[in-house]
Amino acid sequence: MSTLHADVVVVGAGPAGLTAARELGRDRSVIVLDRETHAGGIPRHSDHLGYGARDLRRVTSGPAYARRLVALARDAGADIRTEATATGWSGERGLEVTSPHGRIVVTGGAVLLATGARERPRSARLVPGDRPSGVLTTGLLQNLVHLQHRSPGRRAVVVGAELVSWSAVLTLREAGTETVLMTTEHERGETWSALRAGARLALRVPVTTRTQVVRVIGKDVVEGVEIRNLRTGRTRVVACDVVVFTGDWIPDHELVRLGGIDLDPATKGPRVDAALRTSRAGVFAVGNVVHPVDTADVAALDGRHVADHVRRWLDSGATPEPGARIVAEAPFRWVAPSLLSAGAGAPSRRRLLLWADDVRTVPRVVARQDGREVGRRSLPWSVAPGRVFRVPWSLLEKADPRGGDIGVGLL
Amino acid sequence: MREPATESGAHVYDVAIVGAGIVGCAVARELSGLEVDGRPLSVALLEARGDVGDATSKANTAILHTGFDATPGTLESRLVRRGCELLSAYALPAGIPVERVGAVLVAWDDEQLAALPKLAAKAVANGYEHGALIDADEVYARLPHLGTGALGGLVIPDESIICSWTTALAFATEAVRRGADLLLRHELVEVHVGADTTLLVTGAGTVEARWLVNAAGLGADRMDRLLGHDRFTVVPRRGELIVFDKLARALVDHIVLPVPTARGKGVLVSPTIYGNVMLGPTSENIEDRTDTSTTESGFELLVGKGRALMPALLDEEVTATYAGLRAATEHDDYVVDVDAAQRYLLLGGIRSTGLTASMAIAEHAVELLASQGIATIPRRDLPPVPRMPNIGEAFPRPYADARRIAGDADYGRVVCFCERVTRGEVRDALASTIPPSDIDGLRRRTRALMGRCQGFYCGAEVARLLEDDLGRRTTSGGAS
Ligand SMILES: Cc1cc2nc3c(=O)[nH]c(=O)nc-3n(C[C@H](O)[C@H](O)[C@H](O)COP(=O)(O)OP(=O)(O)OC[C@H]3O[C@@H](n4cnc5c(N)ncnc54)[C@H](O)[C@@H]3O)c2cc1C
Ligand SMILES: Cc1cc2nc3c(=O)[nH]c(=O)nc-3n(C[C@H](O)[C@H](O)[C@H](O)COP(=O)(O)OP(=O)(O)OC[C@H]3O[C@@H](n4cnc5c(N)ncnc54)[C@H](O)[C@@H]3O)c2cc1C
Repeated sequence: MSTLHADVVVVGAGPAGLTAARELGRDRSVIVLDRETHAGGIPRHSDHLGYGARDLRRVTSGPAYARRLVALARDAGADIRTEATATGWSGERGLEVTSPHGRIVVTGGAVLLATGARERPRSARLVPGDRPSGVLTTGLLQNLVHLQHRSPGRRAVVVGAELVSWSAVLTLREAGTETVLMTTEHERGETWSALRAGARLALRVPVTTRTQVVRVIGKDVVEGVEIRNLRTGRTRVVACDVVVFTGDWIPDHELVRLGGIDLDPATKGPRVDAALRTSRAGVFAVGNVVHPVDTADVAALDGRHVADHVRRWLDSGATPEPGARIVAEAPFRWVAPSLLSAGAGAPSRRRLLLWADDVRTVPRVVARQDGREVGRRSLPWSVAPGRVFRVPWSLLEKADPRGGDIGVGLL
Repeated sequence: MREPATESGAHVYDVAIVGAGIVGCAVARELSGLEVDGRPLSVALLEARGDVGDATSKANTAILHTGFDATPGTLESRLVRRGCELLSAYALPAGIPVERVGAVLVAWDDEQLAALPKLAAKAVANGYEHGALIDADEVYARLPHLGTGALGGLVIPDESIICSWTTALAFATEAVRRGADLLLRHELVEVHVGADTTLLVTGAGTVEARWLVNAAGLGADRMDRLLGHDRFTVVPRRGELIVFDKLARALVDHIVLPVPTARGKGVLVSPTIYGNVMLGPTSENIEDRTDTSTTESGFELLVGKGRALMPALLDEEVTATYAGLRAATEHDDYVVDVDAAQRYLLLGGIRSTGLTASMAIAEHAVELLASQGIATIPRRDLPPVPRMPNIGEAFPRPYADARRIAGDADYGRVVCFCERVTRGEVRDALASTIPPSDIDGLRRRTRALMGRCQGFYCGAEVARLLEDDLGRRTTSGGAS
């Protein structure tokens, strides 16, 4: 097998990988691998406004944003290779890659995993019933509509009511499909505070909370879904020919696991410290593979943040000491980064990212280590499922990287 | 519907087989390899659906059984054993992936522990000599991720996993290359037995044949009634299954079988030939022969059992869920019979071992026909055994084959990322002897879309490749 080498190999040409490539391309050789025919990651097929606010300081559509990031990385000198799938490891920092140009090994002084996250499909959520066509995820829906210009159907039920769910509703509307219902298991629509009221009015989509899809009906094509009211236990059938399962993210962590790199059981992504270092020396992780999921601009800013740490590794080869784990406590599901190690500095945007399963309007966040409270913050923004809750990193400034697990929860 | 009158000049087949499941395909392959009166036996294979192997044969646990636990003396016991030999031998040249992972029957209580020696003896009675009793420590040495509480086990080293999709396709492909006519979307609705030939009325026209074979699976009793019999009733016995992510494959290297007791059969955990791990099946008699839906109660049962069997498995992602229907009947054996007057062969009640037994059932069918004076001999002008594309995880696949990619760049173009299916493989499937007619058919031929993302990334692109091809096939009139 032939071998290619670069200072930095980036797996995944989404916002995170491309931004890292742009930063590092200036003074290092960088190869970016992406399995798709076009670089850009998820924004390529997410054709609505809402991208680029924090990183490019200009809000554009997903496809325009993707094109811009590709151009910036290319201009900085990064070698972006598409139709190149990393299928496994070859040594500590080498990857086996399949592409039309051959089966090759690509090695790097440093490797950056930027493989993103996907939505759990219906099967992974164990939703019973028939297996007709017309059962989608937002990713599949947007591929169908924006890349293949096909109509998904006439009447859709959207499962989930988080940011991405509204993205699905927008796409459905554009495709001429009516969203007859949005259903969420949560007490309130996940994005209830900012989006729900406004978007509900604008898009006129009925949302039912505390409900669960318990069956998909239809032999060849979807005819409806059975929905259970979790308060009363009663079920009813909603007629539709499309069901879109949205949100419920899982990192694309195949390379992490194949490489035996430490996994954070809560995010199911690699465990990283504030420098975005994984448990394997010289292997870093950025974007939604680390925090499933945040917005694209935050993923991109990971890419900017990691650059200096990658340079430091390339120049000195210094590896971090083992640190203290950061653990999410209810109502939080996960926290990222989830490792406090000495010398890693603060994370991207000096923020700890958390994902919650419940709504809290006046959250008081607390950090505890070895039975002691090490930090506390009252925050003016609310906690809600379906979007990232951000906490200033200073919450942990008194925590000890050599101590026990650090729990982050609410008072 | 057309009048059941012979169309003048219409071809009369020597044999018409109804049902292109694994059994019908195996029989078609076998019969098309024979000659009678110095000419090849002419064979028609009729199938109601748009593809072969699209019913029970696509939704099972795909274990190539040794037959160690069959009831000794039954036809099933004999054909499973013989079928296992035949299919193991055929799999190699045909490129059907088989992995001899072996099985461990695990006892979880005293009753089950006491049953193990009896099962070992039964295995011997069935002609299987390699079973071995092991203690709890050895069980855990072989299955380190097994849940706590195992008391002992019985090892059956030759139980294997196989690809049931490729098997049905290989049989059908070989039958077609030997000259059999595969008539898809031909649902049999009426039968008229004449003096010398039988007229089969289907939704797509009539077919005339001298002999008739019933391999209609769940529909075998209904077809039997069309011929005036009333000897068995199929009760669909549903089995639901959960398939876990490939990353779970490291948890288990053998088929973990339950010990059957008076209180019923438990569920199994097994690696799949595609590199996943499977949990199931449930067992529930239902009424509707088409109801392959999964249920909340089925999942609950499986998750509960799975948690006890292998707790770490339940932390893994679920890739797919499905249900299959066993064609159970009131009889405890296959329902096989030949009727000389009607020139009719019944292959019914092929319940939960039909994949393994398929080739032996076909062999048996030839013997039964011979017993009725249809003297056949093997043809000598046969085409070679078809070499099927490998979709098994344990064998080389194009994406990892540097030489193949160098020779044809499309084998380096991954279109389904989770399963690493390349454009070259999709192209080959679309150009094959029996091309797929829908996404599900393409999935069974290539593995496209059966992975963990279930189409999140590639679903739209793969659908486009198929539809472009279907469009071409219809406009060029070449659709079969
Ligand atoms: C429907 C939808 C709507 C959204 N709307 C918005 C919005 O309005 N605003 C916003 O800011 N964010 C939005 N987001 C979120 C945003 O798209 C993500 O935050 C962002 O794409 C994450 O970037 P990433 O680089 O981490 O991963 P991704 O964009 O997922 O990129 C990962 C890349 O890695 C590649 N890859 C993975 N594995 C391999 C491998 N083994 N070999 C080679 N390549 C590989 C993939 O092909 C992919 O291109 C939305 C997301 C979705 C799904
Ligand atoms: C959950 C489960 C697990 C199993 N596990 C195993 C296993 O591990 N190992 C094993 O060896 N076996 C196993 N089996 C059994 C095996 O799958 C079956 O025995 C086998 O598939 C039966 O094949 P068949 O060809 O008889 O039936 P089918 O595959 O059902 O084929 C019958 C065909 O006949 C067609 N048909 C019916 N009526 C008509 C009509 N009127 N006109 C035209 N066509 C018609 C149908 O469309 C169908 O395609 C399992 C079965 C189930 C359900």
